[in-house]
Amino acid sequence: MDSLAGGNSPLHRLDPRAKLITTLFFIVTVVSFGKYTVLAFIPFFIYPVYLISAGGLPAKFILKKVLLVSPFAILLGIFNPVIDRETMVHIGEICVSGGWISFVSIILRFILTVTAALLLVALSGFNAVCEALTKLRVPRPFVVQLLFFYRYLFVLAEESNRMERARKTRTFHRGAMGFRAFVSLIGHLLLRTLDRSERIYRAMCSRGFDGHIRVSTAIKSGIIDHSFVVVWSILFIFFRVYNIPVELGEFIMEVF
Amino acid sequence: MSHHIVETRDLHYVYPDGTVGLDGVSFRITHGESVALVGENGAGKSTLLHHINGYLAATKGEIRVGDHKVTLKNMDVVRRSVGMVFQNSDDQLFMPTVFDDVAFGPLNMGLENEEVEKKVHEALETVGASHLRKRPPYRLSQGEKRAVAIATVLVMSPDILVMDEPTSSLDPMSRKRLIELLRTFRHTKIIATHDLDMAMDLSERTIVLHKGRITADGPTAQLFQDEKLLHQSSLEKPLRMQQCPYPHP
Amino acid sequence: MHMADALISPVVGLSMWVISAGSIAYCSKKVKEEADDRKVPLMGVLGAFIFAAQMINFSIPATGSSGHLGGGMILTILLGPFAAFLVMASVLTVQALFFGDGGLLALGCNIFNLGIFPCFLAYPFIYRKIAGNKLSKGRIITGSIIGATVALELGAFGVVLETVSSKISELPFDTFVLLMQPIHLAIGVVEGVVTAAVVMFVWNARPELLNAVSRYEPVGRINMRKVFVGLLIAAAITGGALSWFASSRPDGLEWAMFKTSGKEVLENNGGVHASLAAIQEKTAFLPGYGFKKEEREIGIETAARPSWPAAHQGTSTAGLVGGGLTLLLIVLAGLGLRRRAKTVK
Repeated sequence: MDSLAGGNSPLHRLDPRAKLITTLFFIVTVVSFGKYTVLAFIPFFIYPVYLISAGGLPAKFILKKVLLVSPFAILLGIFNPVIDRETMVHIGEICVSGGWISFVSIILRFILTVTAALLLVALSGFNAVCEALTKLRVPRPFVVQLLFFYRYLFVLAEESNRMERARKTRTFHRGAMGFRAFVSLIGHLLLRTLDRSERIYRAMCSRGFDGHIRVSTAIKSGIIDHSFVVVWSILFIFFRVYNIPVELGEFIMEVF
Repeated sequence: MSHHIVETRDLHYVYPDGTVGLDGVSFRITHGESVALVGENGAGKSTLLHHINGYLAATKGEIRVGDHKVTLKNMDVVRRSVGMVFQNSDDQLFMPTVFDDVAFGPLNMGLENEEVEKKVHEALETVGASHLRKRPPYRLSQGEKRAVAIATVLVMSPDILVMDEPTSSLDPMSRKRLIELLRTFRHTKIIATHDLDMAMDLSERTIVLHKGRITADGPTAQLFQDEKLLHQSSLEKPLRMQQCPYPHP
Repeated sequence: MHMADALISPVVGLSMWVISAGSIAYCSKKVKEEADDRKVPLMGVLGAFIFAAQMINFSIPATGSSGHLGGGMILTILLGPFAAFLVMASVLTVQALFFGDGGLLALGCNIFNLGIFPCFLAYPFIYRKIAGNKLSKGRIITGSIIGATVALELGAFGVVLETVSSKISELPFDTFVLLMQPIHLAIGVVEGVVTAAVVMFVWNARPELLNAVSRYEPVGRINMRKVFVGLLIAAAITGGALSWFASSRPDGLEWAMFKTSGKEVLENNGGVHASLAAIQEKTAFLPGYGFKKEEREIGIETAARPSWPAAHQGTSTAGLVGGGLTLLLIVLAGLGLRRRAKTVK
């Protein structure tokens, strides 16, 4: 995911703050629609589509990530049709209940919001997002915590994978993990983690660490960055106020 | 100007749980010397290295780095003159990108951004890792990590380089490159290692530790002939000194 | 048990954001004041530890549900509430950004549910009160279990409240609560047992580590080694008797959802359909919608006759045509941009 951020499109070079703010505005606008919104969400797809296309990101990869991610929203949504059975819309002979509409609405919200969040990282990289947070005056200890956490995430995930693999090679029935084994595995992982923390601390001290993390930030904001935020925000508000698909459809029906 | 010496006198260290780490270690390493520190696992190599940088405070005895005795008060000066390369590079590279990592030390020294930029560039150039500057450390290979770890230390312009197992977990080519790189450094070097071939390449002098004591201190080539001594420390003659690599049946 | 953007209204999302952001700012200040340099790397790697530990699942017997270590209590015991809260918040942030767990707007809710409850309610008012200054064998395990359970119960209740007050999901409050709370009671007890066992494991193996770590939270002023060894044995026996299995079964929350929906199917089949008022309430949620007035009519119509004549189809057809066209335009724009991006390269 992070490696996508190594790209070199104009979007990658954009001030991460601009992308962060626009993404947040996008998400808030999307979730501000009522629960039976379906059609009005369609224009919003232009934002992720634009980011993927202009940023030269692998669309399939992003899509896969979105679909794989947390079935939670879908699980929650799936019984809206079950509870809410009032007919709301008719398409030809088919009666569509309010539940189905709100279910589709949840799915669309889900796709839009998750894609937007993932694209933010894919276009900026986690470190740049953190840099943006610093510039936006998010408290330093929290940003430093994010950076350290992210740095050692991979190291520890790999370590826990190794331990789990080692356990599996010596376990001859599938998937079973006794409580004792579980606690021991987690406990050892924790011990190693505490040791590692001490070693890192030493490494930091040997290079003059005095309690403050200094990072030389080089992000600059120009006219392009400002206009990115402004143009998209206006567009989102426009999409929020006017239901483009319906207006467009009515216009076409009138013409023909 | 300080002399780049490291000197210990009757250094003792006992861990909180009662394990004896060092049991009376005395030596003097002078300016520009390159010394290999060998011994079995648990012989006290790492314990000794941690004293040089002041992470561990001796239970008894004293240690001097340059003109300074290693005490809490002198810690900053000592740590600036001693550059420590840790065994596990992942512990040493904790910042988001290679550049940030190498810049960490200079920024803490309070240098200006331009100066930092220049120093980081030089250090990365020296270890041949300039192309990695924007990469996050966890994406590097072991050899690259080691090179960057060395750059993070070089950038502080230390007088003395202390290294813990620099060749461990490197593939043969990376190992060779690392040895070539270290050979070009003019610093006083202390290298704790099990890699006796590297010790032969880099260090004219070797100190053998065994159970917290120095069992031998002398010219590398000479010590490594002493099979009894090596055996006692769970070591083996360097491959190139083993006359007959294929034993007769 | 992550809340998702798709399920919350902006009001709920933003107000939770404000609360969580405020807490982050406050905790950052507190951590700064503690001025413990060691905590900088420690917090980071412990966050990574929690993340790695969460990848390992164990199943909760007899429920067909599985859970993983939440970690809130362990973090608080190791780091104190302020640092632990920041760690929890950072874990949730990364989950939201990289794995789409929850989402950026729901992040406020998630930090609130999973961070504030263990760090600022369960730890000071339950764990510390029980574990207290006169530590005894049973105190730590009781403290861990009750603390973790209450934290999870509150967290689960938070999910219910946030979901219901957002009104995106149709889940009725009472059914949702009745299913969420018992399940999270089970998860909470497990979390507590694991927390106690892991803390004691560390204590047993390397007591000095916990001493060093808990300098600022004097949990262990009294000789606790014996206590911990005893507790470890107790936990091992309890746990061994239960014996967990790593599994890929649905998370507790999702399981609760399934149950609720299943029950609702039954209720609705026999029940009366919603009233006209309900329909009008729905239409109120449709600002600027083309088929708004149509629905109001649907409400009246459905009351009278179930089948709907094709007369009023105008607007919904228009909607479908317009929707299709918009989508087509977006796809074309995307393809065009992509081509341009490639030629530029």
